[in-house]
Amino acid sequence: MRGAPETMTVLRPKSAKEAVSLYAQDTGAMPLAGGTDFMVLWNIGLFNNRKILDLSGVRDWRKISATRTSVVIGALATHAEIRRHPLILKEFPLLAEACATIGAAQIQNRGTLGGNIANASPAGDTFPPLLVYEAVVHLVSARGKRELPISEVFAGVKRTTLLKGELIESVELPSLGKRPTRQIFRKVGMRLAQAISKTAAAGLLTLGKGGVVEDFRFSFGSIAQTAVRLTEAESLVVGKKLAPSVIDEACRLMERNVSPIDDIRSTREYRLEVSRNILRRFLEGNRT
Amino acid sequence: MKLKVNGKTRTFSGSPFKRLIEALREDFGLTGTKEGCGEGECGACTVLVDGEAVNSCLIPICQVEGRSIQTVESLGEPGKLSALQEAFMARGGAQCGICTPGMLMTAYAWIKGGGSSDRAAIRECLAGNLCRCTGYQHIVDSVAQAMKGSKKEKRK
Ligand SMILES: Cc1cc2nc3c(=O)[nH]c(=O)nc-3n(C[C@H](O)[C@H](O)[C@H](O)COP(=O)(O)OP(=O)(O)OC[C@H]3O[C@@H](n4cnc5c(N)ncnc54)[C@H](O)[C@@H]3O)c2cc1C
Ligand code: FES
Ligand code: FES
Repeated sequence: MRGAPETMTVLRPKSAKEAVSLYAQDTGAMPLAGGTDFMVLWNIGLFNNRKILDLSGVRDWRKISATRTSVVIGALATHAEIRRHPLILKEFPLLAEACATIGAAQIQNRGTLGGNIANASPAGDTFPPLLVYEAVVHLVSARGKRELPISEVFAGVKRTTLLKGELIESVELPSLGKRPTRQIFRKVGMRLAQAISKTAAAGLLTLGKGGVVEDFRFSFGSIAQTAVRLTEAESLVVGKKLAPSVIDEACRLMERNVSPIDDIRSTREYRLEVSRNILRRFLEGNRT
Repeated sequence: MKLKVNGKTRTFSGSPFKRLIEALREDFGLTGTKEGCGEGECGACTVLVDGEAVNSCLIPICQVEGRSIQTVESLGEPGKLSALQEAFMARGGAQCGICTPGMLMTAYAWIKGGGSSDRAAIRECLAGNLCRCTGYQHIVDSVAQAMKGSKKEKRK
């Protein structure tokens, strides 16, 4: 089967208000942003006879702007726009790095942050940085607005906790009080570009007086049903010095939060080992 | 609906969900743009929308209403090829030719956008374009040569 354009109906709102009200009347409509996930499936005929809510005309949702305490990224901002935006590069470089690894130029020029989140692939590469930055997702529907921490957005493989009629409006990144002492984004794939992640990691570490860890946040994508924070390892490390025994224990605790699978790209063991090494080197302070 | 294709304003009155690649080939007669995979992987269908390289197999035409599209046909024509096309001929950047229109458009967007002529950078810029013939080296050589040429012209 192939996508059959004549079977499709397209709604084309020009404002956020119009988008929300059209979606409320027709919650079965499928939102469309950059189409880099949706159109691949449409092309093979999976979504014929559907109604499409084309969000691309909602200009307000493209903006990236600063508030006094955060940076707000519109849901329709593309990976290309995010990876080169001065505010993101300065304050949230791990997200810029992640967006720079998504597909290649053609995908980055179309794919959006909102689409990446709504699609909720276990291998979504923006999720590890969004988790360590404790991003807040702003949702909107005809019933009003709602804010959801990124850690509560994913419900499983390709499933989110968005309610009927809800759209992602923007993603807010709260400013970090202090510049982290160390930070990392690492994606391990089959090849350098345009590869699905086998594992992807983002981490921040802030050291205080006498080398005591003040803040430690670490997150992995692609090695569980959804991207996850290493909550257990994090709470172990905070307040301690990075002694070898602490690092060993943190690496052991990692497995409490992740559950990699065997698939066509790699085995469970390989994913665990690579991920553990990324974590260990980061804690030891070695650049990978 | 109206859109600009290779500098000319065109009207499209077919289905709004027709893919850009099909509208270009069937409605506007521009068959230079090729479809390889239809999955966003191969880049053969690359065209520019408002100057940015995109996969035309993943865009319903309604999303480019009022925008400016550039296809490989805009780069040059026999007898009046662009420096980039000349370089592909001179350096063996094309063999079977299926990937070539996409390679040219991606490289063209890169050059116009002020991209670096560093070889590693050229390789990264072309990461979304697959070629099963050349092994890429000749393509990178072609783009590098075209960029060297255009720098020389600027200096004159
Ligand atoms: C060749 C290729 C390579 C890729 N490589 C990567 C990669 O390396 N890493 C990675 O993470 N992803 C990758 N992707 C996947 C994809 O590009 C990203 O997930 C992208 O961010 C999706 O955004 P979009 O705007 O194109 O989404 P769309 O395809 O438009 O939408 C995706 C889904 O989200 C919903 N949606 C979109 N916007 C909203 C909104 N504002 N509110 C509510 N729902 C919404 C849609 O209904 C749809 O279900 C790749 C895709 C391709 C084709
Ligand atoms: S045909 Fe569009 S990317 Fe392959
Ligand atoms: S020249 Fe044949 S695919 Fe590139």
